[in-house]
Amino acid sequence: MKVLLNHPVREVEMKGPRRVRELLKELSLLPETVLVVRGDELVTEDDMLRDDDRIEIRPVMSGG
Amino acid sequence: MRCRKCRERAVLEIPRHHTAFCKTCLTDFVCAQAERAITEEKMFAKADHVLVAVSGGKDSLSLLDILHKLGYQADAFYVDLGIGEYSRQSRAKVEQFTKARGVALHIHELKEDEGAGINELADLVHRPTCSVCGTLKRYHFNRTAVELGYHVLATGHNLDDEASRLLGNVLHWQTEYLDKQGPVLPASMEGFAKKVKPLFRLAEREIAAYAIVNRIDYIVEECPNSKGAKMLLYKDILNRLESESPGTKQAFYWGFLAKQEADAKTRPSMTDNDQAVLHPCPTCGQPTTAETCSYCKLMARAKKDGPAPVRM
Repeated sequence: MKVLLNHPVREVEMKGPRRVRELLKELSLLPETVLVVRGDELVTEDDMLRDDDRIEIRPVMSGG
Repeated sequence: MRCRKCRERAVLEIPRHHTAFCKTCLTDFVCAQAERAITEEKMFAKADHVLVAVSGGKDSLSLLDILHKLGYQADAFYVDLGIGEYSRQSRAKVEQFTKARGVALHIHELKEDEGAGINELADLVHRPTCSVCGTLKRYHFNRTAVELGYHVLATGHNLDDEASRLLGNVLHWQTEYLDKQGPVLPASMEGFAKKVKPLFRLAEREIAAYAIVNRIDYIVEECPNSKGAKMLLYKDILNRLESESPGTKQAFYWGFLAKQEADAKTRPSMTDNDQAVLHPCPTCGQPTTAETCSYCKLMARAKKDGPAPVRM
């Protein structure tokens, strides 16, 4: 699956199927700091992601 | 995962409330939390005119959206800081959002009105950019709300913003700032707008989820000047604590507010304190504790030291 990451913007290829929580763990991301979007739908940590999914990891922290 | 209210597919789990919501119930939850903050803290009423300070980010655009959903009269105010592509993109998001919803938008442009963008101004006065940005934004938020006759100025500060700011103040024992850390600052004297934070009950992640499910097109890119900011470090630390122990952020900030409220009976009010120390700035007339307000001092220094055509 194609995974779009922000800050900085980059795309990585990951193998599916796997659950959202496993994807975040592999990317060393704390679930509290991001949202995961499949297409244009939010998914939760126990949702299953497939090889042909396009995923965006949206950071939620802002401000300086 | 299923929504705990209606059993539809959940889009967000909220461990601090032991719950999960679908799109519709998440929107209802966010609006209910904002309404509770507005009502319980006596922020404003349906008849009041609210000016929302918007940046193009998720919090301020969501706040504007929520206020309109709840039936409040809210307009937008944007300060164009002149930070290259970042400002161009954030301004475009604000303009698209307000135009699509028929919301009145006021814009203050630093390059037009002060004669230089935020980075150039910070260089001229040899101060950190974020510090100059804070001074300028606070000044223009207050001045615009007062001059245009709004009852109240609202900002999109959320639970994470307030908890991380509190952590920073406590770590450095900046107790003089704690009085101003509540979700409501009164219009304690002429020239001061009442300031409110209707999203203080909501976590940053809940607001970002609200923005996504409600198709709010906000700027995801961070301000380039915020890289390495202490506030992001404090947020990161609090998020680690929250992951291990859900509810930590709200216990920290709401606990502080409860303690402040209990202590309020034995201490002079913020209005009394403000009236004792504030007077009008001789240059611009806005309230200040110093001889000249920090904005006028900053602009005078920029005008004196700088080659740029800085206007006052």
